[in-house]
Amino acid sequence: MQYLLLIYTQEAIEAALSPEAQAAYMQGYFAFTKEIEDRKLLVGGEALQSVTTATTVRVRAGKTVITDGPFAETKEQLGGFYQLDCANLDQAIEMAAKIPGAEHGSIEIRPLQSYAPPA
Amino acid sequence: MYPRPAEYNTGVNVYPPPDAAASLSAVIEATFRAEHGRVLGALIGALRDFDLAEDVLQETLITALERWPQEGLPTNPAAWMVAVARRKAIDRLRRDQALARKQALLVGEFERERAGAMDNDPLEPEAISDERLKLIFTCCHPALAADAQIALTLRALGGLSTAEIAHAFLVPLPTMHQRLTRAKHKIRTAGIPFQVPAAPLLAERLAVVRPVLYLIFNEGYAASAGDALVRQDLCAEAIRLARVLLELLRQTPAVGEDPETLGLLALLLLHDSRRAARVDAQGELVLLEAQDRARWDAAEIAEGTALLARALAQQQPGPFQLQAAISALHAEAATAAETDWAQIVALYWELERRLPSPVVALNRAVAVGMAQGPLAGLMALDQLRLDDALSDYHWYHAARADLLRRAGYAHEAHAAYERALALCHNQAERRFLTRRLAEVATDGLRHSG
Repeated sequence: MQYLLLIYTQEAIEAALSPEAQAAYMQGYFAFTKEIEDRKLLVGGEALQSVTTATTVRVRAGKTVITDGPFAETKEQLGGFYQLDCANLDQAIEMAAKIPGAEHGSIEIRPLQSYAPPA
Repeated sequence: MYPRPAEYNTGVNVYPPPDAAASLSAVIEATFRAEHGRVLGALIGALRDFDLAEDVLQETLITALERWPQEGLPTNPAAWMVAVARRKAIDRLRRDQALARKQALLVGEFERERAGAMDNDPLEPEAISDERLKLIFTCCHPALAADAQIALTLRALGGLSTAEIAHAFLVPLPTMHQRLTRAKHKIRTAGIPFQVPAAPLLAERLAVVRPVLYLIFNEGYAASAGDALVRQDLCAEAIRLARVLLELLRQTPAVGEDPETLGLLALLLLHDSRRAARVDAQGELVLLEAQDRARWDAAEIAEGTALLARALAQQQPGPFQLQAAISALHAEAATAAETDWAQIVALYWELERRLPSPVVALNRAVAVGMAQGPLAGLMALDQLRLDDALSDYHWYHAARADLLRRAGYAHEAHAAYERALALCHNQAERRFLTRRLAEVATDGLRHSG
């Protein structure tokens, strides 16, 4: 089963890390990525630019409305994601708990919709 | 609720004799309920589909109600149920072209059935494997909400109908139906596994399962509103499920006799032993200290304390063992005055250390009040950090009122009872608090007069 692991963290916490802590944090991500590659779970994944670069688009009554920033003011922001192919939710949970961002932020696990191929 | 055959899940089931045709349908329903977890587990194992397994098991009950009165009870009802339900599932999948993909999964089953294996050979009792432990871990998966874990466990393992669960939890039927449907949808869609977690995860997941059984028991034990019989059945069901869990874990090589699960079962039995004495003839709540100890169930106390001793011998104390130990100290005291409160205070400290909670702290303060007098109890109570949860908790104010009353502060006690009453919505508890309020009002007059 495929899962999207959405990484929500407080950018302020990550920005406040000392250079050494920052390096260790990144090292954690490299190690995690290597593990999921080695275990053949990785389908894809990306880190996102800061939420300060976000733009929200809505179309209302045919009119495109553009606003600065994310659509909701939340404490934690989406900072990146992994797409994994896991045996089941337990394995997805096991992997989510290993994402460095889980230690101060939270990981939302969402199973991907799969549409049956047309008969 | 249906009568339930005596069943202690050691693989030996005792069915009531089918003495009259009229009672036969009751026997069939009782048999289905007793075997529900085992059969549903086997079906989910084979079909990998919770909903389908439940649906065909329901249809199988209808078939049994038609056929058993003529053919008699099968030698091995559970095996019969699995075989018939599996055939129904195969038929249904064959009919339903939209589920062609799942049909492929069942080709093996289908081939076996076509070869006549299930029609001709009655299955041996050992032929259906016990998948209930997997089912317990699926129903109590931490990715499901607590109320859904409870409802699913009662539905799948206990064989209670959605209507019965809704009735027991005072929830409208459509709400409970939606809760169960949503949980089963998540199991399927989010890939919640049907398996016993591997060793590193097992302890963590067991720590989710035990409180589910405890909450089921508590729902039946707390004399809130509702049908007394239904609630009594929840207690019995929780005890039965705790026995099943204990036995299944005992058969699991990596676990053996799990001390906290022993502690849980001991706790449930010890609490349950006092059920008859908790309510008087008028249906009013009787506090522990005022209960008629002769009405405590001696057999449950004996079993509970024996289980606790076996748990403690493993020297891995946990919250359920500690709570059972506290309950056992009450059970062992011949009179309320002989209760070893000092030991109870020590156990509450240990429990609070492992399971910090305002309610545990409150109970500790109450025990201090018993061990060292009401003033010491009030001091312990005042040291609690009064967060919102506790300041809105009617038992906090009731406990405070009781300590104030015993310390001779009738006026303050009166105010605290009034605060407790304002926060309490349970009718039996409200009547109890109203009586106490009236007592301190009289005491207050006597002192001032």
